[in-house]
Amino acid sequence: MREMISMIVVLTCLTAVSGGLLAAVKSGTELRIEEQVLKFQKAPAIADILPDVTNDPIAERFPVTADGIELQVFPGKLADGSKAVVFETKGKGGYGGDVGLMTGFNLSTDKIIAARVTTHAETPGLGARAKDDPAFVSQFSGKSTADNLALKNQGGAIDAMSGATVTSVAVSRAALEAQDLYKKLKPEIEKQIQ
Amino acid sequence: MAQSLAKEFTKGLWAEIPPFRLVLGLCPVLAVTKTVENGIGMGMATTFVLVFSNLLVSMLRNVIPAKVRIACYIVIIATFVTIVELVMQAFTYPLFLKLGIFIPLIVVNCIVLGRAEAFASKNNPIMAIADGLGIGIGFTLSLSVLGAVREFLGAGTITIWGGTPVFDMATVSSSFQPFSFMVEAPGAFVGLGLLLAIMNLIPSK
Repeated sequence: MREMISMIVVLTCLTAVSGGLLAAVKSGTELRIEEQVLKFQKAPAIADILPDVTNDPIAERFPVTADGIELQVFPGKLADGSKAVVFETKGKGGYGGDVGLMTGFNLSTDKIIAARVTTHAETPGLGARAKDDPAFVSQFSGKSTADNLALKNQGGAIDAMSGATVTSVAVSRAALEAQDLYKKLKPEIEKQIQ
Repeated sequence: MAQSLAKEFTKGLWAEIPPFRLVLGLCPVLAVTKTVENGIGMGMATTFVLVFSNLLVSMLRNVIPAKVRIACYIVIIATFVTIVELVMQAFTYPLFLKLGIFIPLIVVNCIVLGRAEAFASKNNPIMAIADGLGIGIGFTLSLSVLGAVREFLGAGTITIWGGTPVFDMATVSSSFQPFSFMVEAPGAFVGLGLLLAIMNLIPSK
């Protein structure tokens, strides 16, 4: 009995202290991690999507809220004078958790300019190809808000990556969500962008 | 005291150098040693976890009940691994991206659990730190050496830190062709096998 109680007390104390310590470290590093993700994941993706903008989308980012959804939006001025907007959505159900997808929309044509995978924990060489090889995500380029961005076997227009169906589904979910959010948030974005 | 302290520290550097003499913790050794930089980063992360888990296990060795000791060790080790993961994300994000899944996997690295069970739980905290530091530095050295062999043969470069090579074969001779087999997965086995064979030719004492 004594032994049982000591086991329970020691394990409980140990996990409680560990939990507290981790919470402290996490809140201490949270801001910096966000900065690093912005610098090393989001910024290169945005530069890929909008290669020749005349402004700085990272510096001019602003939050948009509509229907209770808050979204960080990166505005871009294209070379021909039209405006674009880039934002990130998370595709649920990847092989290693959510898959982040940056999608850029042209505000005057409502078409997707390009999309790039950002944060993910997919298998290197299989699911990770979604990020490393832009062939898959380039299928989203030029699609309008009316196109179905689901995979072909689900009645959409996107070919899945062979050997990485789960990742393909997650990416297409993120794209569908981006399309949906764009439709909902467009009036709000245009109001703020002027 | 000072003599045995030095002995515990130096045994990890040569006589019991983890991947080559103990042949422990081979998963990160094989998986991340594509460049010297990856080896150093992985080694330093593991050293941090080793030193602090050894210290805590040793400090709590009279408190932890024998029946749940493994569970307690895992909690302690996992805590430090998560701290390393968060700190790496905050300060060395590009390296964190390269090491990826192998940072959280330090939890199940048998060197860390092995030192906790075999050494730290039976010795005082100062000895445990010396042991953890020695084994950790030995592990870092092994990973760096294997990383150097693989990177040099496989890509013709040597990258110590920050992603830019300090040495590039292509600048020495323009006809240099990298042997890219060495940076692929099979090259890790061949490289490790050759290093193990060389280590076995040299007596450990």
